[in-house]
Amino acid sequence: MSFDDAYQALTDHDDDARWAYGTGFADPLAGVPTALPDGVDGADLAAYCLMIGDDALILSHRLQQWVTRAPELEDEMAIANIGLDLLGQARLLLTRAGEAEGTGRDEDDLAYLRDPADFRHVRLVERDDTDFGQLIARLLVFSTWRLALLDRLATSRDPVLAAIGAKGVKEVAYHREYAAGWAVRLGDGTELSHRRMQDAVDAVWPLLGELFTPHDVEVRLAAAGVAVDPASLRPEFDTVLTEVLRAATLDMPAADTAEAGGIVPVGATSPASGAVSAGGGTGGRDGRHGDELAAILAELQGLARATPGGVW
Amino acid sequence: MSGEIKHEWPLFEVFVRAKRGLNHVHVGSLRAADHEMALHHARDLYTRRNEGVSIWVVRSDDVVASGPDDKDAFFAPSGDKVYRHPTHYAIPDSVPHI
Amino acid sequence: MSDRIPAEAERVFTTTIEKDQRVEPRDWMPDGYRKTMIRQIAQHAHSEIIGMQPEGAWITRAPSLRRKAILLAKVQDEAGHGLYLYSAAETLGADRGDLTRRLIEGRQKYSSIFNYPTLTFADVGVIGWLVDGAAICNQVPLCRSSFGPYARAMIRICKEESFHQRQGYELLMTMMRGTEAQREMVQDAVDRWWWPSLMMFGPPDAESPNTAQSMAWKIKRHTNDELRQRFVDMSVPQAEALGVTLPDPDLRWNADRGHHDFGEIDWTELKRVISGDGPMNAERLAHRRRADEDGAWVREAAAAHAAKRQGVPA
Repeated sequence: MSFDDAYQALTDHDDDARWAYGTGFADPLAGVPTALPDGVDGADLAAYCLMIGDDALILSHRLQQWVTRAPELEDEMAIANIGLDLLGQARLLLTRAGEAEGTGRDEDDLAYLRDPADFRHVRLVERDDTDFGQLIARLLVFSTWRLALLDRLATSRDPVLAAIGAKGVKEVAYHREYAAGWAVRLGDGTELSHRRMQDAVDAVWPLLGELFTPHDVEVRLAAAGVAVDPASLRPEFDTVLTEVLRAATLDMPAADTAEAGGIVPVGATSPASGAVSAGGGTGGRDGRHGDELAAILAELQGLARATPGGVW
Repeated sequence: MSGEIKHEWPLFEVFVRAKRGLNHVHVGSLRAADHEMALHHARDLYTRRNEGVSIWVVRSDDVVASGPDDKDAFFAPSGDKVYRHPTHYAIPDSVPHI
Repeated sequence: MSDRIPAEAERVFTTTIEKDQRVEPRDWMPDGYRKTMIRQIAQHAHSEIIGMQPEGAWITRAPSLRRKAILLAKVQDEAGHGLYLYSAAETLGADRGDLTRRLIEGRQKYSSIFNYPTLTFADVGVIGWLVDGAAICNQVPLCRSSFGPYARAMIRICKEESFHQRQGYELLMTMMRGTEAQREMVQDAVDRWWWPSLMMFGPPDAESPNTAQSMAWKIKRHTNDELRQRFVDMSVPQAEALGVTLPDPDLRWNADRGHHDFGEIDWTELKRVISGDGPMNAERLAHRRRADEDGAWVREAAAAHAAKRQGVPA
């Protein structure tokens, strides 16, 4: 009755046919050249990596806030998985941004030491979720959009973005399936869940415009074969959303403001976020954010900033 | 148990094929509202360390099992068929790879 | 099963245990064994689920993205461990909904360690090192529990826990190489968590009335005091390597016993925390209850949707 047999088993990483604990995690960027592609402006590439990196970082933060309060334990697992995937994408993209700008800033410098106006994510990812339906509605539109984006990014002329795209496609395809499954269950569930899911879709819809409005950086990099023109993602997005909402017996909200060239008046969705001015073609991609970002960054960055010289 | 408060979702049994060439093996159970959700949950719960290449989920209610009391009738008849086991056959040590 | 001769069934059960074989869910077993197993597994499952909270509170505040990813994966594992264990309890006829109800109504216990607050990020490291270390001491022998589903769940859990302990110790080593403020943070966390970790092994053997029966059933493999001693002996050299002081003036090597002697544990504190009067008891349960209540409409909707799909009225 020795203790030691089982302890030995703990460190025995040979394949176990019963469970196969899985230790073979590969570096997704192993062997990928990191030199900037010819003719690409480093500042543009860095800005682009921050845009889609910050999208992942901030949405991951919102998902992390759900841990220990999901509707069911199995959903704790799923939400944590999605949060981890997005955090992984954010780390790769912020690292690439640091390389591209050539300042030597690493993922943590960029995540922890930037001020709100230097964040480049879309407003969609920043908003708080008031219930599980809102989490699902946001995840559905975000993952549908991002899957289309990453799928195209997999052929980017930048080998790092291409590798990140190829890896991310597999992850985000699962996120979309998870969100779509729940949208259908809630939409076509009980009267209460139908109403809440419809409210959630209605609330998220005004924030869609920004996802498909090309920023100058995106236009230049798309022309160079490095980035994706977000306007090109709209048809795929509409097809998927139409199908999911139909299966969910939900109404597609009236047209969003894709043509308006930016963010909609925030008063329409989130009265608390008065910091962003309406119209004017400026949005999250230009560093214009609501008050909610200040709260997110206080939580995200507080400890790191309060411990100068700290190592973790 | 009192049995008054039941979980809202039924129980599913989960089977995972760890890698190609192996059988699916029972790894545990979980709760889900439907089969699709059960598959998703099984992926998150039982294969988050790359443990699997294929998953089956089965409603626990649908599993028909032999009882432990049936043991003799079910399993004893094969107990004397030693010829099914490779060690039944004496092979000289000098013969390799067998 | 009911028409089987009890004496014969009991003999088979006893022989199974004596031969160190596993009891499986459909086997006949004494009511006491079934009840004890359900209680033991459920309390363990509850501990995993409540145990997500103290560390979960630091995920959004983790000071580097790598630590954030590690912590998120770790807390996720704890949800997974809770699920493996509820799954094992359900093989005995328990219902997870019922067990959850017992937890949030305070009718079933969980490990008292999770009723202490996590005040700094060093607590994340110390929980990994000491709390998960103590849990591993407790759990490794349970990989050989006589109840098959529990033993199998424990094998899987112990494998995953070894990552938990290592990440905690690695974080502390890193922090000890950092600033003076970080080193103080680590020592402070060790000071707060050392004694509660020793209490994780339960009351002393003399006051643990169920131990004899549990050991006879082979659902407990070592006494509380044996496991506690092993934990102390393991932790002392680890503390030295780390450069922290364990807060016990009586802690010293005893060459005669071949073990470390250590000071008297404050058992009144343990009793107080177990009986619900710890620093965080009310908050932990309230948080779990709120999650359960907030999620009710979602679970109901999914059940209603599944019923519609099957053409059954909801």
